[in-house]
Amino acid sequence: MVNQQLNSANPRVDIEYRRKKSAEEMRYQIVSFSMMLFLTLIAFATVGLKGFDHWFAVPFILLLAVVQVIFQLFYFMHMNKKGHEAPSLFLFTGVLAAFLIVWTFSTIIWW
Amino acid sequence: MMQIEEKFTFETWPASPEKATLEAKNKFLGFWLFLGGETVLFASLFATYLALKNRVPENSHMALAKDIFELPLTFVATMLLLTSSLTSVYAIYHMKNFAFKKMYLWFGITILLGAGFLGLEVYEFNHYVHKFHHTFTSSAFGSAFYTLVGFHGGHVAFGLLWILTLMIRNAKRGLNLYNAPKFYVASLYWHFIDVVWVFIFTVVYLMGMVG
Repeated sequence: MVNQQLNSANPRVDIEYRRKKSAEEMRYQIVSFSMMLFLTLIAFATVGLKGFDHWFAVPFILLLAVVQVIFQLFYFMHMNKKGHEAPSLFLFTGVLAAFLIVWTFSTIIWW
Repeated sequence: MMQIEEKFTFETWPASPEKATLEAKNKFLGFWLFLGGETVLFASLFATYLALKNRVPENSHMALAKDIFELPLTFVATMLLLTSSLTSVYAIYHMKNFAFKKMYLWFGITILLGAGFLGLEVYEFNHYVHKFHHTFTSSAFGSAFYTLVGFHGGHVAFGLLWILTLMIRNAKRGLNLYNAPKFYVASLYWHFIDVVWVFIFTVVYLMGMVG
């Protein structure tokens, strides 16, 4: 059976290390969830309070959405971890195309 | 490279089971390529929506975005989906710790929250059709709205069925390197659904209410 353990000779040590690592990761994920919740609340409040100008509110809530999505991608979808070079290439190529498509469609209706 | 049929314990379970076999590596890579494609797909639907927003026949007095959308309903739907994203993070955390039952518990909660979201969306669409006669064929605005939001809702429905199928199929197998990558990829899909929803609640609902 090919079972290459990349770990040290003492499995207990690795388990302790992994437990610590995943506890740490879980902390980051709880923090990112709190941030996402906070950003969502601000976005809804910006629109719900009605006191803000259209020209301020729209770019502002779009910015909040982008920040929230970065949290989702990097922490919840683990893009902050090693071995995500190809996923980053695929996703950001998609994001580039997304920008071009939205830009094209919004300028084509200007006149 | 580990073997797919191998039996594991908490001690021998690899640190990254989602990439421990060749099949898992391929699944991981292929799924991210698919997500890149999904980004382009949803971008084209968003672009169409932005171009056709509030385009209704002239002098028809049809309801516009600012007339139909309501903040509380969108807020509750957003909270359900955002929380379900966190619960699927918990599920994958337990998958990495080889805790099969805990993983099932959190995926189960994810499914309930997702079903709640979908139920709200069905209510919402029904409400728009009957109260405002805002239908798929009533205007260009209606077509673009239902295509974009409905496509996302379709993704939610598919994601629910996917996770549920995985759970039923693997209920008696326990965790191994054959099914762990499947659960991991399904959770990525579920997070991506929330990513798309962040832009939907911002671009469609919040920007619709701002004017």
